[in-house]
Amino acid sequence: MTKHKNELEIVRVSKSFGGVAALTDVSVTIKPGEVHSLVGENGAGKSTLGKIISGLLTADSGEVMLGGNKVNFKSPREALAHGIVTIAQELAIVPGLTVAENVLLGEEPKRFGFIRRRKLRKDFSTLAKSVGFEFSPNTIAGSLSVAEQQKIEILRALSRNASIIIMDEPTAALSRQEAESLHVVIRNLSKAGTTVILVSHFLSEVLELSDTITVLRDGQLIKTMPAAECTQDSLIELMLGRALGAIYPPKVQPHYSAPTVLFVNNLCAAGVKNAWLSVRAGEILGIAGLVGSGRSELARAIFKDSKINSGTIEINGVRITGKAPLAALQRGISLLPESRKDLGLLIERSIQENITLSSIGQWSRFGIINRKREKFVVNKILDKVVVKSSGMKQKVSHLSGGNQQKVLLARTIMSNPRVLIVDEPTRGVDVGSKRAIYDLLVALAQDGLGIIAISSDLEEVLGIAHRVLVIRGGKIVAELTGRNMSEHAVLEAAFTEIK
Amino acid sequence: MSEGTNSLTRFIPPSLRSWRNAGIILPFAILFITLSITSQPFLRTVNLLNILDQQSAILIIAAAGTLILVSGAIDLSVGATYALVGCVSAQYALKHSVISAVIIGLLLGLLVGIVNGIIVAILKINALIATLAMSFVIGGLGSKITKGNLIVLMQKPEYGKIAQTSWFGVNTSIWIMVFVVLVLGLLLTRTTTGRYIIAAGGNAQAARLAGIRVSLVKIIAFGISGMCAGLAGMIDASRVLSASAALGSTLAFTVLAGIVVGGTSIAGGEGSVWRTIIGVLFIALIGNGFDLLGIDPLYKQITLGVILLIAVGLDAWARNNRR
Repeated sequence: MTKHKNELEIVRVSKSFGGVAALTDVSVTIKPGEVHSLVGENGAGKSTLGKIISGLLTADSGEVMLGGNKVNFKSPREALAHGIVTIAQELAIVPGLTVAENVLLGEEPKRFGFIRRRKLRKDFSTLAKSVGFEFSPNTIAGSLSVAEQQKIEILRALSRNASIIIMDEPTAALSRQEAESLHVVIRNLSKAGTTVILVSHFLSEVLELSDTITVLRDGQLIKTMPAAECTQDSLIELMLGRALGAIYPPKVQPHYSAPTVLFVNNLCAAGVKNAWLSVRAGEILGIAGLVGSGRSELARAIFKDSKINSGTIEINGVRITGKAPLAALQRGISLLPESRKDLGLLIERSIQENITLSSIGQWSRFGIINRKREKFVVNKILDKVVVKSSGMKQKVSHLSGGNQQKVLLARTIMSNPRVLIVDEPTRGVDVGSKRAIYDLLVALAQDGLGIIAISSDLEEVLGIAHRVLVIRGGKIVAELTGRNMSEHAVLEAAFTEIK
Repeated sequence: MSEGTNSLTRFIPPSLRSWRNAGIILPFAILFITLSITSQPFLRTVNLLNILDQQSAILIIAAAGTLILVSGAIDLSVGATYALVGCVSAQYALKHSVISAVIIGLLLGLLVGIVNGIIVAILKINALIATLAMSFVIGGLGSKITKGNLIVLMQKPEYGKIAQTSWFGVNTSIWIMVFVVLVLGLLLTRTTTGRYIIAAGGNAQAARLAGIRVSLVKIIAFGISGMCAGLAGMIDASRVLSASAALGSTLAFTVLAGIVVGGTSIAGGEGSVWRTIIGVLFIALIGNGFDLLGIDPLYKQITLGVILLIAVGLDAWARNNRR
């Protein structure tokens, strides 16, 4: 049987990381010239599959076949030689070079080792015209928007005769208009016979662009089907394996007489303007807003991690003095920072060391660690926060995102906070762990903690919070409670005045 | 996420699974056994004690240097501090008691270290440049104090007792070294300060958000480094009953080589004192072996350089493979 030379088949591919299966026995066929989307929750294995196709990772077992021949790439370079290119979330642009130089990077027309600049520009223009991009070849790449830079990468892929382009979350960083113009590009590529493999979180985008959709869950293939047969709801159900409602635990209202634990009074700090807010014991206060609206800045200011220009922060009526996060911690504020790898974990150290980092001083005498005690308290907290691991001495770098997040959460609880601020508590966390984290937050609130939950996942904020503040341009612009808490109301508050 | 456990490594016990732990012991053992077989005098107690006596100053500085590297910094000023404290203490001892000279020396070392720490942690000047600059300042001070002369302690033989008193057949230089190494080893693994040093070097931002005073932790590490460099300077002054400001110019690099060969990462956040000790002794054994076997000492340096490259190369390789 002869096959089209660009038909890509993934046959029973499995891949695991440190004993945790990321892909199990997945088989997919991707037809030439189609837009084929891979969807699934975080950790479902869609990026891993993309990376195996592009040679960034090698499968533990199974085969990748191109046009009926076994290929199993060992490096992106090998994949490139077969016409497969990935456009990753982090763009590979040299900001100081021009657009044309970026597109033809490494393939510049040369004579005697000198670059033929005029030919370079001409080659570029021909290429850009062929896909309908309007670019001046001499623009410096670093001065362009992310969307334009993405186009550079697409052109670069085409200049290397790519027949299969993998795009990992291409529109995540784009504005609506930019995303739409990228959609046009994707459609044109597909029309011209280029296969596009799209990894995306945005289901509307997936439904609009794809010919075929493959759903993955927990590393397993759930279904591959024509996009025309799918709806958002049917996709979500396939992705989650259950209906959406079960994601969030039921809300328990704080007692009507619960005291206010945190009071923030007219706080001004970097990126925060005149913030007033209060949190009661047992209450989960959600904070929503667009990226860059000042959500995390507010969290950092309350946690004393940035310079406070004016205003006060009170815990149980007592003002917090002192400058560093240490002052906030000692008075009972804990923060789960937004990026666990950069701001939270000691990635090369054990679960135990990571958990006790903030609290170890409290129960060590003369600075000497009581190792029995340490083991005891870690065991105790791990009963409450269940971390899937081979033991408390395991390095956190070997854990999955969800379990890493739980380790950090355990650390914040260990310092006995009155108020817990969680910034993006479930970013990069699988569905199962998400629910475990929500349950934990709800349980902590019932123990009398005041919780501030910040998230860019609007559904999440609305799903767990009793009350939501919307922040825009560093200012709290709306407070939504009860029935007023809806996606529509949040977005309206977050977007007004921006047009 | 890491691809750490493949089928082969599963059969190796966890404590030895990383090359860092196993890495230095094996070559050390092979070298030790080879020297025992090929050279008659090597295994004699006199020779082994002699090596330890000669290396005690370097071992003390390297043990403290391990803390510095783990904290994510580097201290190039140890050689200059070693020389300065040796001179100041020796000169002071000419007119005063040995005990007061030692105390003055330790305090001076501590002071120099704390100044280094403040420059690095609070003024936020890159540790490499800051301590390099400080080494010129300290070296200049040393020359100024001694007026460029060798300080001879022949009329004060009691100063020699610091390092040359024999307890149970072993010199005090070695006893002091063992004591310092044990204390610093335990400091790194068993105290909160040790944990904070590891955290500060592993992820300074995370450490700060976890409520750790990262600057203070670095100043403590530099203070210890300065004090240990001073102690080492006095031990060597006591061993040879003289001191000179011109000594110690390459010491920082010898120490760094020992730490890195021991497998402590130059990137910070991990490392161990006992591995540093083996690393330093490994280099010392190579030197000793070359001498005993009568090989041209020129090759000693080349060998050391190659070993250092291998050590750093393995570190980089391990780092890349973790992705």
